[in-house]
Amino acid sequence: MKKRAVILGAKSAIARSLAVKLAAQGYELILAARNSQDLQPFASDLQIRYSSKSFLIDFDALNTNGLCSLPQRLEKLSGPIDLAILVFGYLGNHDQAEKDTNEMKKIFDSNFTSAAIILGHLANYFEEKEHGGIIGISSVAGDRGRQSNYLYGASKGALSIFLQGLRNRLQKKGIHVLTVKPGFVDTPMIKGVNGLFLVATPDRVAEDILRAYRKKRDVIYTPWFWRWILVFIRFIPERIFKRLSL
Amino acid sequence: MVERKTISGWGLSPRVDAEIFPAYFPSDLTQPKIPHPFIPQGSCRSYGDACLAKQVVSTLPLHNFLEFDPNRGLIKCEAGITLSNILSFIIPRGYFLPVTPGTKNPTIGGCLAADVHGKNHHKEGSIANFTEEFKLVLADGTKIRCSRDEEAELFWATLGGMGLTGTIYSATLRLKSISTSFVQTRTLKVKNLENLCNYFTDDRYQYTYSVAWIDTLSSQVGRSLLMLGEHADHTQVKRPSNMPIHSNKSWDIPFFFPNCALNSSSMRIFNTLYYNKQIRNETNKLIHYDPYFYPLDSIGSWNRIYGREGFLQYQFVVPFDGGRDLIRLILKKISERGVLSFLSILKTLGDESGGLLSFPKPGYTLALDIPLKNKSVIEFLSTLTKEIIDSGGRIYLAKDAIISKDDFIAMYPSHNEFRRIKKACDPHMSLRSLQSDRLGIT
Repeated sequence: MKKRAVILGAKSAIARSLAVKLAAQGYELILAARNSQDLQPFASDLQIRYSSKSFLIDFDALNTNGLCSLPQRLEKLSGPIDLAILVFGYLGNHDQAEKDTNEMKKIFDSNFTSAAIILGHLANYFEEKEHGGIIGISSVAGDRGRQSNYLYGASKGALSIFLQGLRNRLQKKGIHVLTVKPGFVDTPMIKGVNGLFLVATPDRVAEDILRAYRKKRDVIYTPWFWRWILVFIRFIPERIFKRLSL
Repeated sequence: MVERKTISGWGLSPRVDAEIFPAYFPSDLTQPKIPHPFIPQGSCRSYGDACLAKQVVSTLPLHNFLEFDPNRGLIKCEAGITLSNILSFIIPRGYFLPVTPGTKNPTIGGCLAADVHGKNHHKEGSIANFTEEFKLVLADGTKIRCSRDEEAELFWATLGGMGLTGTIYSATLRLKSISTSFVQTRTLKVKNLENLCNYFTDDRYQYTYSVAWIDTLSSQVGRSLLMLGEHADHTQVKRPSNMPIHSNKSWDIPFFFPNCALNSSSMRIFNTLYYNKQIRNETNKLIHYDPYFYPLDSIGSWNRIYGREGFLQYQFVVPFDGGRDLIRLILKKISERGVLSFLSILKTLGDESGGLLSFPKPGYTLALDIPLKNKSVIEFLSTLTKEIIDSGGRIYLAKDAIISKDDFIAMYPSHNEFRRIKKACDPHMSLRSLQSDRLGIT
C-alpha cells in the first residue's frame, strides 16, 4: 500500500527537500500551503521524476477556523494519512515585534498557537487510528532565550515542549513524534540576514530528518554539531549569560 | 529576501554590485515586487556583461520538470534548470540534449536567450532548431506562449535575444535519441590551418560533432587537434552499463592564480604536451559524454586560472568565402602580440537559426580566451573586430564584453527589427543589462 504524508507549509525549502526524498521513497504527498497552486510545477516534477502523486491544498496556518476537521478533509482528498510533517514557521522582524503587537502575535501564532492546534487535531486523528507519525520542525533558538530573537525562540521553545508532551501521550499507541531542531539553514527565511555561520543546505537537513524518523529518534539537532553547541550554550550560568550578546 | 552580491559573468570581468531577487515560484515573475529595471539571470555562464545589471531576477530556483513525453522525446521544464540536471534525467531514458555548449552548467533559459550552439552546429544547427515552444513573462507581467506559429515574432526575438524581451519561464525541447551515453571519437593531428580547413570541408570527415583545438603559440599557424565524434551504439560499447550519467563531483580551484602563473613559456610547454599527447596521427577512442562534451566541468571555477582581473572570451564567425585567410591573419596577429589564449577553438558553423540576434551563420568560428592582465588588449581586439565586420562576420553576444554600439549595428543586420519588437513588448525598457546599455539596445 502507498504511504501518504502531509506537509504543512510545503513551500519552504526544507519542505520541498523533504517532499523530494519522500517521493523517492514512494510516498504520496499532500502539499499544504498558502496559494498552493504555486506548487503545481513542483508537483509535476515529483510526478515525472518519481511517479509520485501529490495533492495540493490551500492552507493558511493563521486562519484557525475549521482546523479541527483538517485531518478529515485531508483524508477525503487523498486517503488515509501515515505521516504529518509541520514545517511552517515565521521568523518575523524581532526589533519591530518588540514594539508592534501584531508582529509579535504573528510570530507566536505562526510558530506556536496555530502549530499546536493543528498538531493537536492531527494527534487525535492518529490516536483514533492507532497509526501514524508526526514530525515537528522546531529550532535551536527555542533552547535558550537570547536578546536578539527571544520572541521567535520562545514560540519555538513552546513548540518543543508541546511536541514533548505529545510524544509522551502518543507513544503507547505506537505513534512516533520527532522533534527537529535545525540550526541555520540556507532558505529564503534567512536570505539577507547578516552574521550567520555554519549554514546547512535544506537537502542535508531533510536527509537528517528522515533518517532520524526511520530510526525512531525523539529529538534531533541538524546538522549534528548543533547539539554540542547548544549543550555549551545551555551550560553557561544565567548570571554570565545575561551579560553576553550571543 | 533580497541578496546583495558582487556578480560577474564567467570571465570575471566586469563585476557589479547587484541586488538579486530569486524567483521561487512562477508567480514571483509576475508580481509587482520585482523592481524595474532588471535582467533575468540563470547560472551566469555567459562570459561578459550580458547577464549583469544592478538588479537581477534569478530564475535558478525555478527548476522543475513540467512534462515529459518518452515516446516523442519532448521535455518541458522550467527555465532555471541546468543542462546537467536535464542530462541526469534524460540519459537513463535514452535521450541526449540536441545541442549543448561546452559546459553543462548553464540553465535552459540562458541557453535559449543566447541561442547556444555546440560541436554539431554545422549539421544540426543551434538550440532554436529544437525549441518547440516557450513561455515568456513580459515586463508588464503578462505570460505569453511563443512558438513558430504563436507569437512568432517574439519567438524569434527571444531566441538569441539575451533576455531582453522578457523572462523565459519554461521551454519545451525536442531531444535526441541515443542508445548509449558514449561517443565514438576520432582525433587527428593537423599540421597547419590549410590542412585543418581542408578536413572541415572534406566529405570523408563529416561527423555529427567536430571541433578543433588550436595551438596559438606554435610557429606553424593552425597546428591543431581535430576532434570528431558520433554517438556510439550498442555494438561499440562493451560495458555492463550503456547509459552511465556524469557525477557531480568536481575539483575546485579555490584561489585566483597569480598573474605570473600563465606566461608564454608555461603555455608553450602545455600546448606542446597537449598536441603531442597523442603520438599517432590519428586515434579512435570510445569516450563517455562527460569528458567529451564537458572537459572543463570537472574543474570547478577554472576561470580563476587567468587571475583576479579575469578574461574575455573572444568568439567570432567569418564567412567561408575569404574566411581562411582572415583566420590565418588573426592567428598570426595574436601570436605576434603574444596573447596567451589557453583554449582556442575553431569549428565550422551551418545555417542561421532565424533568431534576430542569434550568433551562428555559415563560416568558420574561432573562440579565444584573452586574459585581461593587460587592458591594452581590448584596443587590439577592436582592430580585429573591424576586420571581422568588413569580412561580413560577427561576434557572439553571449561572450562579448567590449564591442561598441556601432560594431553591434554593423554585425547584426536585424537589430532594427529587434529594437522594434523590444519597444512593443517593453516600452519602458524595464529589461536591460550592462550589455544592452552598452550596445544601445536599451
